[in-house]
Amino acid sequence: MARTGETTRSKITVDDLTMAYGSFVIQRDLSFTINERDIFIIMGGSGSGKSTLLRNMVGLVRPARGNVLYEEVNFWEADHEEQQRLMRRFGILYQGGALWSSLTLAENVALPLQEYTHLSARRIQELVSLKLSLVGLSGFEGYYPSEISGGMKKRAGLARAMALDPDILFFDEPSAGLDPLSARRLDDLILDLRDSLGATVVVVTHELESIFAIGDNSVFLDADAKTMIATGDPKQLRDHSANPKVRSFLTRGEWTAPATQGVDQERG
Amino acid sequence: MTSDRAATRAPGGKRSTAGLTFRRPEAHTLELVLSGDWTLDNELPFAEGVQTQVESNPGVRRLIFDPEALQAWDSGLLLFVIRVVDLCSSRGVDVVKDGLPIGARRLLSLAAAVPERKGARKDEKRPGFLAEVGDAALDLWRSMLEMLAFLGECVAALARLCRGKARFRASDLYTTMQTTGAQALPIVSLIALLVGVILAFVGAVQLKVFGAQIYVANLVGIAMVRVMGAVMTGVIMAGRTGAAFAAQLGTMQVSEEIDALQTLGLEPIDFLVLPRMLALFLMMPLLCLYADLMGVLGGFLVGVGLLDLGVVEYFNQTRASVKLNDLWIGLFHGAVFGVLIAVAGCLRGMQSGRSASAVGDATTSAVVTSIVSIVAATAIITVACNVLGI
Repeated sequence: MARTGETTRSKITVDDLTMAYGSFVIQRDLSFTINERDIFIIMGGSGSGKSTLLRNMVGLVRPARGNVLYEEVNFWEADHEEQQRLMRRFGILYQGGALWSSLTLAENVALPLQEYTHLSARRIQELVSLKLSLVGLSGFEGYYPSEISGGMKKRAGLARAMALDPDILFFDEPSAGLDPLSARRLDDLILDLRDSLGATVVVVTHELESIFAIGDNSVFLDADAKTMIATGDPKQLRDHSANPKVRSFLTRGEWTAPATQGVDQERG
Repeated sequence: MTSDRAATRAPGGKRSTAGLTFRRPEAHTLELVLSGDWTLDNELPFAEGVQTQVESNPGVRRLIFDPEALQAWDSGLLLFVIRVVDLCSSRGVDVVKDGLPIGARRLLSLAAAVPERKGARKDEKRPGFLAEVGDAALDLWRSMLEMLAFLGECVAALARLCRGKARFRASDLYTTMQTTGAQALPIVSLIALLVGVILAFVGAVQLKVFGAQIYVANLVGIAMVRVMGAVMTGVIMAGRTGAAFAAQLGTMQVSEEIDALQTLGLEPIDFLVLPRMLALFLMMPLLCLYADLMGVLGGFLVGVGLLDLGVVEYFNQTRASVKLNDLWIGLFHGAVFGVLIAVAGCLRGMQSGRSASAVGDATTSAVVTSIVSIVAATAIITVACNVLGI
């Protein structure tokens, strides 16, 4: 780890990416940059390929075309070792938490530490307690995932994602299935972690409240156009986007394009 | 001042060792000067060193941090501070965290924000030996009751089926019949043929001594048709189909598909268990018949190929020794095994918990239950046939 300056640096660059299942193209020509320490939102309607994009970015699925760059390293052209090293810097929170059901919460958080560090068992135990207390789960070390609620599973998943002090955190639908208060708390936690860890955060979501509460920057994927139709600060997009689809989405359909204006925009 | 924990160092980047020195700016204040990289991949100073300092300077009432020379930090620094706070609080020394990097301060307050919920921590104490035996016995009793209840439900479902009131999709029955029947033919062929060959070999070695090789046909014929064909098919189907049933129903339990059937007013037993049970009940005798043929063929290959028996001679000897009764008994075995495997697989699947490991346990348990019940049923049927003289 090293000290960073105040200037914004690009952390992740998605370059001309095309995603496809076989010959079926999901999204094409995706190009955007994620700045260091930004909370970047990948949004779009259901079935627009948000989660698939995330899977392409974290190295689970190889894109049909294009590159994903972490700082200067091209993930999909790097050798296996380099890819593994990059992936160790990611913390990923999956939709349902994806905790390993046969391990307790403490063992879930400890596993990455045991695999990738040379720390003593006592130190690992202390770290596990620290990470679980960061997400408000102190005392739940001995519980199995099946014994805790959905919200707690997500938080435990977050504790596991943070185990190796990652500098890039990925969240797949973090507030899906949570009550409004828990969702709000998770949003606050994401903000807190970004501010204190100095991590770059990528969030896949379509929850408007979360998008406006935490998003610094965003990309909007459209299922019909099969590509991104907007990128920028979500609040700016809501108020000023030229694309009626984006504005309608971000205002929950309350904003509708004036008839003539809409036609103009479509022509443009 | 270092305000941020920063990005992971590039490979080969220089790492400086974590340093800790002490200063006494005031009589009752001890200042901890942190320097270098306080990261977990580094050798970090022990908090106990601070304790020694505090103890050797009894006047110290306050502890402050100076991170001027701190270059990078991660959870390692947090652990150190938490430990220092723990050690100092019992000695009445106040730890002032204001000097720490802002990010670290936020994380520390976040970690302390939600106090441990009372009673949440699990009792780590292991129960005594007797308690464990007792728990195991109670579990066994409970699982026996559950098994009986499930059997009862299956019988009730069969009764509904006979009255034409059970509801399931015919297509489910056909697909299950195909996967459990036709698609099992290759593995049944291989195993049954080899069992026939093995029986013939073992028998031939003994019978040759008396010049009675021709009786290999009797041995293989009767053994395969009466019991071995059914038992071998049963064991194959337990591993192949019983396990599949348990895994399917267990996964349906995990994804709440069974709940969805129930709330729709459909009996999961009728809808899921009946077609599987019927399919195996119908397919097992057919598979047994096929296994019998394959086994006899295996014996025939050894007899004709290695023992110089004639083709017609072997055929006639087999026909003379195997009675129709033997065939019926073999097929009866098969039908019984079919029901047992289906019931064990479905029972374990329906009882499965809602996690990946629970589905694994259910599958294991289904195979074990199937094989145990196959062996037990064989013993019972054999004794019963003996008593009845058939």
